[in-house]
Amino acid sequence: MTEPTDDGKGPAATSRRRFLRNSGIVVGGVVVAGRLAGSEASAAAENADNLPPNVPDWMKTPGDPMGGQLYGMPSSFEKDVIKNIPKNLPQYLSAAGRTPLQDLDGIITPNGLFYERNHGGVPTIDPAQHRLMLHGLVDKPLIFTMDDIRRFPSQSRIYFLECSGNPGYKKPYGKTASDLVGLLSCAEWTGVSLKLVLQEAGLQAGAKWVIAEGADAAAMTRSIPIEKCLEDAMLVYSQNGERLRPQQGYPLRLLLPGFEGNMNIKWLRRLHVAAEPAYSREETSKYTDLMPDGSAREFTFYMEAKSIITRPSGGQRLSAPGFREISGIAWSGRGKIGRVDVSVDDGKSWQEAQLQEPVLTRALTRFRLPWHWDGQPAVIQSRAIDETGYVQPTLAELLAVRGENYFYHNNAIWPWRISAGGEVTNAHA
Amino acid sequence: MPMREPCIAAFALFALACATPARAQSTYGIGRAATPAEIAGWNIDVDREGNNLPPGSGSVNHGREVFDQQCAACHGAKGEGGVGDRLVGGQGTLATPNPVRTVGSYWPYAPTLFDYIRRAMPQNAPQSLSSEDVYAVSAYILHLNGLLPAEATLDARSLSAIQMPNRNMFVGDSRPDVKNPACVTGCGGSK
Repeated sequence: MTEPTDDGKGPAATSRRRFLRNSGIVVGGVVVAGRLAGSEASAAAENADNLPPNVPDWMKTPGDPMGGQLYGMPSSFEKDVIKNIPKNLPQYLSAAGRTPLQDLDGIITPNGLFYERNHGGVPTIDPAQHRLMLHGLVDKPLIFTMDDIRRFPSQSRIYFLECSGNPGYKKPYGKTASDLVGLLSCAEWTGVSLKLVLQEAGLQAGAKWVIAEGADAAAMTRSIPIEKCLEDAMLVYSQNGERLRPQQGYPLRLLLPGFEGNMNIKWLRRLHVAAEPAYSREETSKYTDLMPDGSAREFTFYMEAKSIITRPSGGQRLSAPGFREISGIAWSGRGKIGRVDVSVDDGKSWQEAQLQEPVLTRALTRFRLPWHWDGQPAVIQSRAIDETGYVQPTLAELLAVRGENYFYHNNAIWPWRISAGGEVTNAHA
Repeated sequence: MPMREPCIAAFALFALACATPARAQSTYGIGRAATPAEIAGWNIDVDREGNNLPPGSGSVNHGREVFDQQCAACHGAKGEGGVGDRLVGGQGTLATPNPVRTVGSYWPYAPTLFDYIRRAMPQNAPQSLSSEDVYAVSAYILHLNGLLPAEATLDARSLSAIQMPNRNMFVGDSRPDVKNPACVTGCGGSK
């Protein structure tokens, strides 16, 4: 792929772009003319010592020896690819940090960039002192150590996680893909099927809900229907091959594929099998959805089908007309993505995007559409259709039914506006 | 006979298994039994009917003192909100363009107040308040919302008996509730 980078992070990208501009390179059959402005243009006169025909400096001396980093970190040129944490929040104990979706490729979120939503800060838990208690409507109340949990037969699955408030319905709307839907990530999770653990204790008649509690300062509590617990719920101890990060619930979390993020209780310490939900503060006063008539939907578990174009997306800039790959992610809490449509003419017509295999249930799916930008203003957007046939709605369609105080479960299509100068902005903002 | 004891043990296990056909299929034998004392120490779940509320009681008057010391810094002197959520007022606003969700206007069940305060408040020292203090501060917040008289005292029974104004306004999940016709050509455009 010879497409110029648009999001200019660091000298490497800058020098490559400079080279492209200076030489008028042929990309995808189209001559790409340089078109950068401001500080980047003023830097164009810098020396080209590391560019052809010269041999770059980093080939003329040995690199760093083995062992400089016992836990590898990204290149220093990628230092701006970090979590997107809102500034000037009143407090940061109950708060959220977003994944920089527009800077990532593929479907797997690196662990250090996985979004987080904490309700009472991130606890530091010694796994040797951590216990999981399973009690209530079971034959045999049990306590497990982490060693015990890891003795169960294990499984690994790729699932997305998404916060239910991602984003809200009211303006101001975010500028970037991360601002809009960055409370979304996807990982390979390893752990034990919750069903196996529940069977170990023996479910009694009348067991309809499992109340899960975290070992954080919020003692975060949500109730899970027993059907979900016996379907695909997991107790997870590893993420993308390594143990969970503290921000993701180390040493143990609940994983409920396709359900809103807050139910996937982190730092899991207790499972209380019950006939009724707990009706905890989180599932009555918080994660409920207020309708215009004053009623409120409760136990709204599923994250419905959704997609967003991450490249090009808000905050980026197209350096020149020519070939562009439009790329983004789609997902559905109700199963697999069936199709993703993309419009490049402000929603007047739609064409089917290519889906990157494998298309997995309740995981992110990467979609792509080859595109030739003619340099004219454009509005581009994507809509996901899942295997149930459900179509991702527009913001207007959602607002017409739910009103703007609904707050959660906004899965609207988000169009990006591209100006003649190549600037990409939120078309709804 | 050296063989006798293992046989007896095996028979005993067999008999136990036969006697409890509906019991757990403990395939793996992982974990140990949780004792009633361990469960009692950890199980702080209070349901909407107030089951598992602890003994003790607390008055609105005492709750005012606890609130001033432990809660007002974040939630405001009268529960009007600050760094922490607004706790008071908002009744009658939920169906308006500017709904105000508070304990008084939105929370459906009073025992949840005890459950949440005990497990998570105050934010800088959760699970530090006595049951008496939690009853008292629950009483005070309910009083500020006009749901309890100034001279009232709350215990497990009286807290469970309180009917919250918004109790009957919660409904199930009726999604999918929005239908996009998935137009392909000649569509109206975005918005």
